[in-house]
Order: sequence, then structure tokens, then C-alpha cells
Amino acid sequence: MLIGGIAVITRKNPVHSALALIVTLLAQASIYLMLYAPFVAGVQIILYAGGIMVLFLFVIMLVSIDRSIRERQFNSQWVVGIIAATALGGLFIAVYTKGTSIFPEHVLPVVENDNTQRVATMLYGQYMFAFEIASLLLLVAIIGAVVMAKKRI
Amino acid sequence: MESVLHITTLHYLVLGAALFLLGVIGVLTRRNVVIVLMSIELILNAVNLNLVAFSRMWGGLHGQVFAIFVITDAAAEAAVGLGILIAFFRNKETVNIDEVNLLKW
Repeated sequence: MLIGGIAVITRKNPVHSALALIVTLLAQASIYLMLYAPFVAGVQIILYAGGIMVLFLFVIMLVSIDRSIRERQFNSQWVVGIIAATALGGLFIAVYTKGTSIFPEHVLPVVENDNTQRVATMLYGQYMFAFEIASLLLLVAIIGAVVMAKKRI
Repeated sequence: MESVLHITTLHYLVLGAALFLLGVIGVLTRRNVVIVLMSIELILNAVNLNLVAFSRMWGGLHGQVFAIFVITDAAAEAAVGLGILIAFFRNKETVNIDEVNLLKW
């Protein structure tokens, strides 16, 4: 999974990056299965690896990649970017070494034969309002994407 | 032997942090807008991994429901971002992020 992630940010050709991202997403779906979350794993495969990546590949085909492959791949502030990311990594390491005792060693056993049913109950019961807002957000995104991709804006 | 192979929540969190860092490096250093958007997807995936790991740790399902909402947001963000990218490419014939200076004077 990490190899796929590294390939995403280092490949020259955007198509190769997209394929590496698909590898990363599938590996993450298998990690969801390890975490006893089969519904999220299914949503990950269908929506991410299926839907969003097809969108990405279409757009890569639409914009011409011949010129951008031959150009410089990293922007001019990449040194500052690397330094900032290293600082963030140091912060993560500090937090995880200081806070190891917060996390319990043994996780609780979960009954997992009705995961999808329980997720759906929660989604349509307790999180009903957030669910409706998400549908509204998707509507706005559809309209925005169509308006943005029109011939004359 | 079993205690050596036992995977705790911390392992998942470290994996999520590494993925998040890869995404941040991609966003900050790459020049191609498509790859920058893919790096944003990497960041959102790292957050999702943390959410599901914590949901497993507490034995509830709230984290998984939240991860589904995050996936929805990622889909919306990808659609709008790629729409903007197409409009921009039609105007300027480039996908390099440091040539996006329409708002600069």
C-alpha cells in the first residue's frame, strides 16, 4: 500500500500515477476487511476504485499529457514543501511515541455478522440529517461540475 | 509468537500517518494538477483509515458511518476539481499548477 502511495507521487506519467492509486485503494479495502468493516470495504472498491478513478482516467485522457510529461515535474517550492512535510512527520512521530499508552493493547471483540445492517440502521436513523445534507452536497457538486465543464463559462 | 504478530490500533494509525505524509508531499511538490488531486485523495484515504481503526478500537460503528460520509465528500471534491481543471485547460492549454495565476495581479 505504501509502495503504491509512493508511486502515486513520483511517477512522471499521470496514467501510471492513477494505476498506482488504484493499487493503493484496493490495498486499503483489504485493510478495512481486516478491521471488520466489510461495508466500507465494498463502498471503497465500488466508489473509489470504480467511480472516482474512472473519472480521473477520463480527465487524464481529455487533457493532453504529451507536453506535461516532458516538462519539469516538481514545482519551484519543492524544497520548502519537503521541509514542511518533514516537520509534520516529526510531529506525528512525537505524538505517537508520547501517546502510546492511550491506545489499549487488546481491542474489543465485535460481533460482525450484521455489519451492513447496523451501518444502514445508523445511517438512516441517527445520521439521517447528515445523510440528507450529503445528498444536497452531491447535487451541488453535480451542478458545479457541469457548469465548470461547459464550453463557455 | 502471537504477541509479536498482534496488530494494534497504533499500527493502523502509523500506516495512516505515513499515507497522509505521502499525500502532503505530493500536494506540496508536484506540478501536475491531476496528480495533486490524486494526492488529496491519498490524504482523505489516510483519514478514512484512522476513522475505521478507531471505530474498531471502540467497538462502535460511528467511525465507519463517518468514513462513508468522507468518501461522499471525496467524490464531490473530485468531480468539482476535475471540472475546474477541464475549464482551466480549455483556457490556458496547460495542467501545471504554477501557471494558475488568474487571480494574481
